[in-house]
Amino acid sequence: MPDGFSAGDTAFVFICAALVMLMTPGLAFFYGGMVRVKSTLNMLVMSFISLAIVTVLWVLYGYTLAFGPDAGAGLIGNLDYLGMRGIDLNALTGTIPVTGFAAFQLMFAIITPALISGAIADRAKFAAWSLFVALWVTIVYFPVAHWVFFFDGGNGGWLGDRNGVIDFAGGTAVHINAGAAGLALALVLGKRIGFKKDPMRPHSLPLVMLGSGLLWFGWFGFNAGSALAANGVAGMAFVNTQVATAAAVLGWLAYEKIRHGAFTTLGAASGAVAGLVAITPACGSVSPLGSIAIGLIAGALCAAAISLKYRFGFDDSLDVVGVHLVGGVVGSLLIGLFATGHVGQTASGLFYGGGLEQLGKQALGVVVVLVYSFVLSWLLGQAIQKTIGFRVAEDVEVSGIDQAEHAESAYDFTAVGASLARTQAAPVAVPAEKTEVDAR
Amino acid sequence: MKLITAVIKPHRLDEVKDALQAFGVHGLTVTEASGYGRQRGHTEVYRGAEYTVDLVPKVRIEILVDDEDAEQLIDVVVKAARTGKIGDGKVWSVPVETAVRVRTGERGPDAL
Repeated sequence: MPDGFSAGDTAFVFICAALVMLMTPGLAFFYGGMVRVKSTLNMLVMSFISLAIVTVLWVLYGYTLAFGPDAGAGLIGNLDYLGMRGIDLNALTGTIPVTGFAAFQLMFAIITPALISGAIADRAKFAAWSLFVALWVTIVYFPVAHWVFFFDGGNGGWLGDRNGVIDFAGGTAVHINAGAAGLALALVLGKRIGFKKDPMRPHSLPLVMLGSGLLWFGWFGFNAGSALAANGVAGMAFVNTQVATAAAVLGWLAYEKIRHGAFTTLGAASGAVAGLVAITPACGSVSPLGSIAIGLIAGALCAAAISLKYRFGFDDSLDVVGVHLVGGVVGSLLIGLFATGHVGQTASGLFYGGGLEQLGKQALGVVVVLVYSFVLSWLLGQAIQKTIGFRVAEDVEVSGIDQAEHAESAYDFTAVGASLARTQAAPVAVPAEKTEVDAR
Repeated sequence: MKLITAVIKPHRLDEVKDALQAFGVHGLTVTEASGYGRQRGHTEVYRGAEYTVDLVPKVRIEILVDDEDAEQLIDVVVKAARTGKIGDGKVWSVPVETAVRVRTGERGPDAL
């Protein structure tokens, strides 16, 4: 391998990439447990399909648009690596192979659109959703990743490299981006039938806990891995991730107990995710004490923010706005207050003698990504709605999207039905498709 | 013959079963049920949204008995199921025209 290559860093980043990959199925369970029984599978597979679609697009043109040499003004990468051709086996990004960096960044590109799906639970056509994922990563995620994550000595992305917006692991590119898109889609698709009237209780809180646990676990890869090296910055990012998440659980639960009188399981899981979101942009620039503050603030604020949808009447089903948009904004802005100036980045925040300059830069990043993502996502959503239709028919939504869109159901507890199927199938071997059709 | 139906709190099932056994009842049917009486249900909170859950879990017990045992049996069930708190349930009986033991074809009281 060439000079500058580090086997330790490389091994670390590959493991982190695998950890981040696990976050997407984790997210699927987090969301899947929160919906009603009749649309569990749809929720799971809306995340899963992102793994498939984004991976293929990443190879075709995603990597080069996000991380190819800048095509001008820090707005988008050029097409040098179309199809990921022309990448030398031994070429390095920092101290790791380009392929390792590309794999790590791919996992970010996968989970970001998956996050959006929570805003439109129970009511989106699967084909329309899949099309949205493909178009959204192309015109929203890949450019924004270039703006925020592509560093090339001052010739990289315009927000991160050229204007000094700090986003260590994706507070703007991933969470604000997904949260704003979630809000846009929730507005395009409209409210679920029975919103604010029918109880839409989570069907399985154990699944939610499993999912949030997997997210927390994978998030170490997300944040520590963003150091792209097994070094002190990665160590600090790792510690900050754990600390802020713990504090956010406490913040959310405290808010809930005061406001509603109970410490809920869903609150603990949601608080964890809110803390993870908020520390994501900040974990490379704050101290563990700063992380406690960020976690507590994010936990309490996100818990308060989820009631926005009832006040303003938009149906963000699983609180993508309350958790990811608000959490991302809180974390990104608090960098302007809590950045110490000597973790990974040298800029200091207001509380560490840095004045208001960094806060201003952070606000720029927040506003730009929020507006860009919201506007384009709304237009994309409208375009899909007006052409192939985004929302399922009313009767499908009422009876459950799993049967109509996937011809499956998540759970089967009908013992009698099972024995009937056996006696039917016994005399002649009926092909599987046939019995399914008959059963309907 | 009478059919005695009891809708009770699930955690009293064992006591009721034991009491019925001690009384000499040979068989019963138990079904999981849900419902509410005067107490209505309870409230659950999910991410700040409060949901009223009207239907609370119950157990429904059905027993076929001879006419002369019916009143006494109702007392046995009521005594065993009672906790004194709200939501203890209800017991009622209705007349039954006929009963048949499927295995032997015996009819009436012999089938019990």
